[in-house]
Amino acid sequence: MAQESDHIVRSFDEDLKKLRDMIVRMGGLAEQQVADSTTALIRRDSELAQEVLSRDTQIDQLEREIEAYCVRLLALRQPMGADLRFIIAAIKISHDLERIGDYARNGAKRSIVLASLPLTGSLNGFGRMARLVQENLTAAIDALVQDDAEAAKRVWGADEPIDDIYTGIFRELLTHMMEDPRNITAATHLLFVAKNLERIGDHATNIAETVHYAVRGDQLPDERPKSDSSAYTALRPKGE
Amino acid sequence: MSTTETNPALQRDSGNASFGGMQARSEVSINTTARVSIRNLDFFYGDNKALKGVNFDLPEKQVTGMIGPSGCGKSTLLRVLNRMYSLYPNQRATGEVLMDGKNMIDPAVDVNELRAKVGMVFQKPTPFPMSIYDNIAFGVKLHEKLNKSQMDERVEWALTRAAIWEESKDRLDRSALGLSGGQQQRLCIARTIAVRPEVILFDEPTSALDPISTLKIEELIDELKRDFTIAIVTHNMQQAARCADQVAFFYLGEMVEIAPAAQMFTAPKQKRTQEYITGRFG
Repeated sequence: MAQESDHIVRSFDEDLKKLRDMIVRMGGLAEQQVADSTTALIRRDSELAQEVLSRDTQIDQLEREIEAYCVRLLALRQPMGADLRFIIAAIKISHDLERIGDYARNGAKRSIVLASLPLTGSLNGFGRMARLVQENLTAAIDALVQDDAEAAKRVWGADEPIDDIYTGIFRELLTHMMEDPRNITAATHLLFVAKNLERIGDHATNIAETVHYAVRGDQLPDERPKSDSSAYTALRPKGE
Repeated sequence: MSTTETNPALQRDSGNASFGGMQARSEVSINTTARVSIRNLDFFYGDNKALKGVNFDLPEKQVTGMIGPSGCGKSTLLRVLNRMYSLYPNQRATGEVLMDGKNMIDPAVDVNELRAKVGMVFQKPTPFPMSIYDNIAFGVKLHEKLNKSQMDERVEWALTRAAIWEESKDRLDRSALGLSGGQQQRLCIARTIAVRPEVILFDEPTSALDPISTLKIEELIDELKRDFTIAIVTHNMQQAARCADQVAFFYLGEMVEIAPAAQMFTAPKQKRTQEYITGRFG
């Protein structure tokens, strides 16, 4: 958005600032949910997982507030150009953040089950993956706040390492399951948690795309760099 | 003419403003055949240069909206397009307004010929103080010799095309001044199209009308573009967004940007356009 000059109607600037603050608050909340949900998993901390579960309603509530506020601005201000793009972006981003919240909540739920099961393999990959996902999410929201299309573009192109870790976790867990069927319950839950993180990463890139359009008014290409090859992975037991 | 000329603004970027999955791509391809081509047009009020090197086309059977702050030159441009300025001694235009290969601002071109081709509708409804029928017939008589039944037919055609026939057919002999503001404006549109022009210029045609009458005029403009090439000057950006196929933004006598309406109002290229349409100056 061109923030270099203010609107003639100053209250519109205040409206847009309020909307921006709401998105930042929602983004912060989503980041925290992802972080806590992963910490709960790694530390086998069911109490923290419960906190994540109970906080999800705040995110849902914020999404509804943002949506209602945007509809109101569209009706009352009839925005054009960058203002219009920003308001539409806010609606889309709030939806992405709500989905991110859902994935974090789902991970937290699974971590409660996992805490009651024997540990299956290392959880290092999860920690690294969650860190990268959070970094991208933070950078995407910062790009929105700072009207930085270039930063948004960097986030958009930075999803590959997350996909790589996900593919690695996928293969590792399949191996654990083949080694000992008693691992299947925990490994399956972990697969979902990894998939959730991978999906959160995709939503962060969606947000980056949206920010890029909101700031610049043109679109990033349809195809972004991807390297999640888990969809093609098949491990075969020895001797087969 | 010269109808093979194309509009560079429309070729360059045909409205592909888009948003993620929500494509705002104009589904109707914009006709890029120029009906009027404006080239290097300068206009002077005495020593004051009010238009500076304006270049663009009015595509045939399309609506071109012109927006910009007061004094930007958009109304001046309309006055140039049908040589209204020639009534005033200190005003002059240089450059070209090409229609059918002729430069319409060349004094050698008969001004009556021009005005039969290029009609104009003004901000305030300006019905003549005569009957509804005579309001329509008056202009036609200047250009054509029609017998009574031909004239009746023409009056009905014009009133029908201007969407006011149903309201006026039983009172054709009554004074036009008894009509409401919105009806008067539609009567003026009927009067303009009665001489069967090719281009219609609208100078803020709804600024004196209530919202419903405004929408009726906008609907009418949409209807009229099937047969006429239209240029509309408006202070109301939403109106330009609703009516126009392409929109030109003017500032301080220059045409800053021209683009398909969807692009103009979602992602204009120029900073000044951006600031104007978002209400940051004007």
